[in-house]
Amino acid sequence: MAITFEKVNFSYGAGTSLATSILHDITIEMPTGQITAIVGQTGSGKSTLIQHINGLLKPTSGRVIVDGFELSHNTKEKQLISLRQKVGMVFQFPENQLFANTVLEDVMYAPMNFGVSKQDAQLAAQQALTRVNVNEALWAKSPFELSGGQMRRVALAGTLASNPSIVVMDEPAAGLDPKGQNDLLDLVRELKEMGKTVVFISHQMDHVVAVADHVVVMHEGEIAAQESPKLLFNRELSWFNTMKLSLPKAGQFAEKLRMQGMLLPYRPLTLVELSQLINKEVQS
Amino acid sequence: MNNIMIGRFIPGDSWVHRLDPRTKMIATFIYILVMLWSNSWQTYAWSAAFLILLIKLTQQPFSLYWSGLKPIFWLILFTVFLQILFTPGEPVLFKAGPIIVTLPGIINAGYVIVRFVLIILMSTILTLTTPPTSIANALESLLGPLKKLRVPVAELALMLSIALRFVPLLMDETQKIMNAQKSRGMSFSNGGPIKRAKAIIPLLIPLFVGALQRALDLANAMEVRGFKDATQRTKYRILHYQQVDRIAFLGLGSFVAIFFVIKFIFHI
Repeated sequence: MAITFEKVNFSYGAGTSLATSILHDITIEMPTGQITAIVGQTGSGKSTLIQHINGLLKPTSGRVIVDGFELSHNTKEKQLISLRQKVGMVFQFPENQLFANTVLEDVMYAPMNFGVSKQDAQLAAQQALTRVNVNEALWAKSPFELSGGQMRRVALAGTLASNPSIVVMDEPAAGLDPKGQNDLLDLVRELKEMGKTVVFISHQMDHVVAVADHVVVMHEGEIAAQESPKLLFNRELSWFNTMKLSLPKAGQFAEKLRMQGMLLPYRPLTLVELSQLINKEVQS
Repeated sequence: MNNIMIGRFIPGDSWVHRLDPRTKMIATFIYILVMLWSNSWQTYAWSAAFLILLIKLTQQPFSLYWSGLKPIFWLILFTVFLQILFTPGEPVLFKAGPIIVTLPGIINAGYVIVRFVLIILMSTILTLTTPPTSIANALESLLGPLKKLRVPVAELALMLSIALRFVPLLMDETQKIMNAQKSRGMSFSNGGPIKRAKAIIPLLIPLFVGALQRALDLANAMEVRGFKDATQRTKYRILHYQQVDRIAFLGLGSFVAIFFVIKFIFHI
């Protein structure tokens, strides 16, 4: 397992009268080299959870084990740098992190911080920018001259440049146009092919079924489910209502069909699967 | 980031919370003014007693006020240092070259500490029990007469309330950017002072860019809703002095009167 949470509790302001508990007794496993999606309604603790993976937050009790690194409430700040080298973190609207004079310099920031030589950092930055399809003509420009979509890709490169073995993303597709969203899903698949472990938060179930091998559902600071997309999206409809989750488009379509009297053997995840099932049903 | 106490408002239902914000502003102003006349331990003791009573009335724990004092600790220390070094007088306690420490110097330093602490605590009572928008409203109301002199009081109050509104937003933003840059390996605690100062650049630039963007968005949002400056506006919350305010002014008046009685009895 690349990432293991063992009975993790987290509260803000622990030990004071204002303490608010966010995560309760979280025990999860995210497999190495696979794509894990984290879903759940707003305020269910998803962002708090992923901030434990690179030690931005430390568990109030319990421990997180990331690729052999053990994080608990008494882990020292100085030890965290090695963890942050392993884990690349992409926040919501990561374009807000851009600061340098040129695109290339900005992408070089992370590798330089992790002690890579300037030349190697430049090489890594160029590779990362190429991977996310940022044209070489833009490399010497100021990041603030770019369009929103380009800024997003530069910010992604800024995380990938330090070559982390685990990539964690918080709603990476939010606010992108349809093509940008598809490019992002392609990038996620590509990262998996490179052998990296990917964890991402999403509200779009179609993105989840498109790439995820494993889904973690959060509800009010607890883990409500962790299983394959296939198992998850074949649960009872009422369960999705309590979790305030929706089905992927194919699943929603299958539900509409059921209401019209056409029963499919199970809920399909993708449109391809849906059409195959309908075909079979029509022929029989 | 969440432990910054300056200007923080904590909701409550205490007697002090319910006061008109103007009453609290006037009281704070008068208290600070009176502090400038204080010059003996008796007057300081009386002022401190009055302040402790007020803090009790706010129904907030002392620890909250204490954490409000921490950020200005160095400022106090610096002032104390100056007082000790540069107060002339007799008797001289210690002398080494140009450094002369006198007894009046030590006493003055003690007074400065007390004065600082009392003034800060009094202003903390105001900010802790009054929402920022009420402070802006109170200021607009109190400066109202200046409108006759063509001072743009309403605009100033609006600017103040927007600025106050942005404080928590910017703190939030700072936290987010800090997390992003920490994830990219930024460290604030390594290296010498120059390296540390440089480490702030990746934090400051996105913060400024974001703040300007927000300001532009807000300006647009105000304009599309027909905002015009220099027009007469009505208020959602109209300020009224209540019975509690009359009692508060009475209390403040007695404090000031007793203060001056003590001051003249123990006049040296």
